[in-house]
Amino acid sequence: MNPVLTIILQRLALGLLTLLIVSFVIFTAVNMLPGDFAEALLGQSATPEAVAAIRKDLNLDQPFFVRYFSWLGAMLTGDLGVSYAQLNFQSNMGASTLKTVADQIAPRFANTMFLAGVTACIAVPFAVTLGVLAALYRNSVFDKGVNIATLTSISSPEFFLAYILVLFLAVLNPLLPSIANIYQGISFQDRLVATLLPALTLTLVVTAHMMRMTRAAIISLLASPYIEMARLKGISPLRVIVKHALPNAWAPIINVIALNLAYLITGVVVVEVVFNYPGIGQLFVDAVKNRDIPVVQACCLIFAGAYILLNLAADILSIMTNPRLRHPK
Amino acid sequence: MSDRPTLVEMRGIKMEGRSDETWTPIIKGVDLTLQKGEVLGLIGESGAGKSTLGLAAMGFTRDGVRISEGSVTFDGIDLLAASAEQKRALLGKRIAYVAQSAAASFNPAHKLIDQHSEGPTQHNVMSKAESEADGMELYRKLRLPNPDEIGFRYPHQVSGGQLQRAMTAMAMSCRPDLIIFDEPTTALDVTTQIEVLASIRDIVEEYDTAAIYITHDLAVVAQMADRIKVLLKGDEVEENETREMLSNPKEQYTKSLWAVREFQRPQKPPVSTDATPVISVQGVTAAYGKIDVLHDVSFDIHAGRTVAVVGESGSGKSTTARCITGLLPPRIGHIELDGNTLPLDYRQRDKEQLRQVQMIYQMADTALNPRKKIGEIIGRPVEFYMGLKGREKRRRVEELLDQIELPAAQYFDRLPSELSGGQKQRIGIARALAAEPKFIICDEVTSALDQLVAEGILRLLADLQDELGLSYMFITHDLATVRSIADEVVVMKDGNVVEQGPKTDMFQPPHHPYTDLLLSSVPEMDPDWLSTLLAERGADNIGDAAVDKMA
Repeated sequence: MNPVLTIILQRLALGLLTLLIVSFVIFTAVNMLPGDFAEALLGQSATPEAVAAIRKDLNLDQPFFVRYFSWLGAMLTGDLGVSYAQLNFQSNMGASTLKTVADQIAPRFANTMFLAGVTACIAVPFAVTLGVLAALYRNSVFDKGVNIATLTSISSPEFFLAYILVLFLAVLNPLLPSIANIYQGISFQDRLVATLLPALTLTLVVTAHMMRMTRAAIISLLASPYIEMARLKGISPLRVIVKHALPNAWAPIINVIALNLAYLITGVVVVEVVFNYPGIGQLFVDAVKNRDIPVVQACCLIFAGAYILLNLAADILSIMTNPRLRHPK
Repeated sequence: MSDRPTLVEMRGIKMEGRSDETWTPIIKGVDLTLQKGEVLGLIGESGAGKSTLGLAAMGFTRDGVRISEGSVTFDGIDLLAASAEQKRALLGKRIAYVAQSAAASFNPAHKLIDQHSEGPTQHNVMSKAESEADGMELYRKLRLPNPDEIGFRYPHQVSGGQLQRAMTAMAMSCRPDLIIFDEPTTALDVTTQIEVLASIRDIVEEYDTAAIYITHDLAVVAQMADRIKVLLKGDEVEENETREMLSNPKEQYTKSLWAVREFQRPQKPPVSTDATPVISVQGVTAAYGKIDVLHDVSFDIHAGRTVAVVGESGSGKSTTARCITGLLPPRIGHIELDGNTLPLDYRQRDKEQLRQVQMIYQMADTALNPRKKIGEIIGRPVEFYMGLKGREKRRRVEELLDQIELPAAQYFDRLPSELSGGQKQRIGIARALAAEPKFIICDEVTSALDQLVAEGILRLLADLQDELGLSYMFITHDLATVRSIADEVVVMKDGNVVEQGPKTDMFQPPHHPYTDLLLSSVPEMDPDWLSTLLAERGADNIGDAAVDKMA
């Protein structure tokens, strides 16, 4: 079989195994949170009887492993379950239509992916270009300036960066909306405009890693004999870096890009809150606060899946950039 | 020759290299003149500054090196005053470079032909299509197999000797006036080297290209150069026409270089037929994974004798050593020590059995722990095998340092990084001796060393053998080494023993055809050697082509 295909299948199988282990870790961790949905819901007025009734309703009185496996089984058939909050609402108010966890998460997740996508489209080319230029003009004022600027932006709190951008791009120069107002049926163009400020904030957050890795990966190759050869062929410095160093430097760069993209999907709560962006991060935090376990678990699994998939994609792309694996002897 | 116009003129070149924060001189005032179409051989040992000077002729210095004084003119252009752009316009187009390791100097990410045509297209000499067609023509002239197809491969899909020729083609791509060849055949096997030498010489002659040919191998430079310049530690020793230089060297240093290969041990009496060999390799077949790399290898090594195992890279020499030491347990067959079968895996051998088989490695640099002092490196086996501690251990280590001719008082507390290459290799020898073994495997112990230093190591090993009655298995691809030190020779090819016997027989016909090819491929000091050989055998009967024919 094609060696590349073998490697991809192996990684895919390993990814699934990782996901299974993660599901157990998530379930255990959520289980260890102090208090449960019943106590969180009833608050001060919790009587042992009321708590027990709600627990029984939600099968929270079942043993740990029974609950884990029934959840896992449902998960495997694509059933993410129903939010406890929804269930409780239904049993008290008799609502007829139930929103499942999947229904709740889907639009939020789509928003998050949109934001991550827009950010990636801006940040990845920006960071790689900056990295290439920094490598080309290494140790110059430009190189040092880029390093200082990106390190400053990554070291500043996200909300701070967000408010600075709001100040300059929404308040002083009203170019972009400071609140990301996203509603159902919004046109692509409006959605893009609404997403731009959060995306720019996140770009500032993720650029430093990718840019510095690009720079370092290229510079580490500059001592190679084939780079010296290219120089001795009279090739211009820019072409030496873009044509001769960069193609051999992709593997580490791609891995850092993947890690940063995963961060965009899983870790942008602060930015969502600042811009009131209806992403999955806010939903997740609310669910944890309410001990709404099905939502928490589903979010965690999605996050884990995103990490695994992106790393898998990075691995595969790294392999594809290696001519030894693409063109075996 | 003398009436041709001057191409390169270097006057009073002084160069410095940065180590830590200080600049130390590496070239101390060298003049160099090269006429159009002429080939100049630059020869010297490592550290002589050959490559540095060769690159300076292109107006190029590596990072951490600078030209502090002097001038370099190429065809009337002052290279040291030229701007980066002006130099770039010359490099690749009128001055080209062929590096030592083609495998490392081709970009792994691009096809050969794309790298070939990059120079001509970037310098606007030819279109890509023209340059590709021209590349195939050059590949044909350099006798590469499948010249129309080989360019579309990636570097890792092509063998070392072929890559070296493809790199020569690449250097030729803009038809430069000057090519710097920087040890282009040093990393190649002898049978491959001869092919590359022949094709480089032909093409340089055909296009009347001037060349600076850098090497440490006198016999090679004798075939290639019109004139030879000898360098020693950044200074010129002497320069002369090739034939004059070979027959009549003037300086003492040049004479000593020429004389290196004269060391030869006297022939020993034949071993009595009923003697038990110290090491007997019996019918060993060994595999890496599922592929057999050794096939039924058998030979004996007797007390006080040196058996040279000869062959090219990939012939199974080092694998045989791994089988003897038990690092790679053979699939079939076994190893005997003094007539007793050794356990196949070193983990099942007892301390006494381990002690008797020691090893000295090719790269003394990497075989010594850089964080341990010399006293500790040698002291470790003294303690482990001989059980000596404290003052006794120290005395024994000092004794060993005396044996390898390094004064203990001076070297005991040094780190490996504070020693030269030859000294490090001596430490490797002392470490092997510390176990007081009967048998030592020497794996290419001199191939990373300069000839004069290598000769010192060979003499030391010979003296130690006479003194201690050691048996050596001497793995090498260098037939000159075999000639000087071996008693018996085992010739290997593709994991098989093709011929074995006493050295005196091996260097006299009739031979197995492969042994014959191997012997005839070793360059000789005679400047007509390559031409004569080509005339006798024809271009198809040398090098890899001949090896392929045999198979």
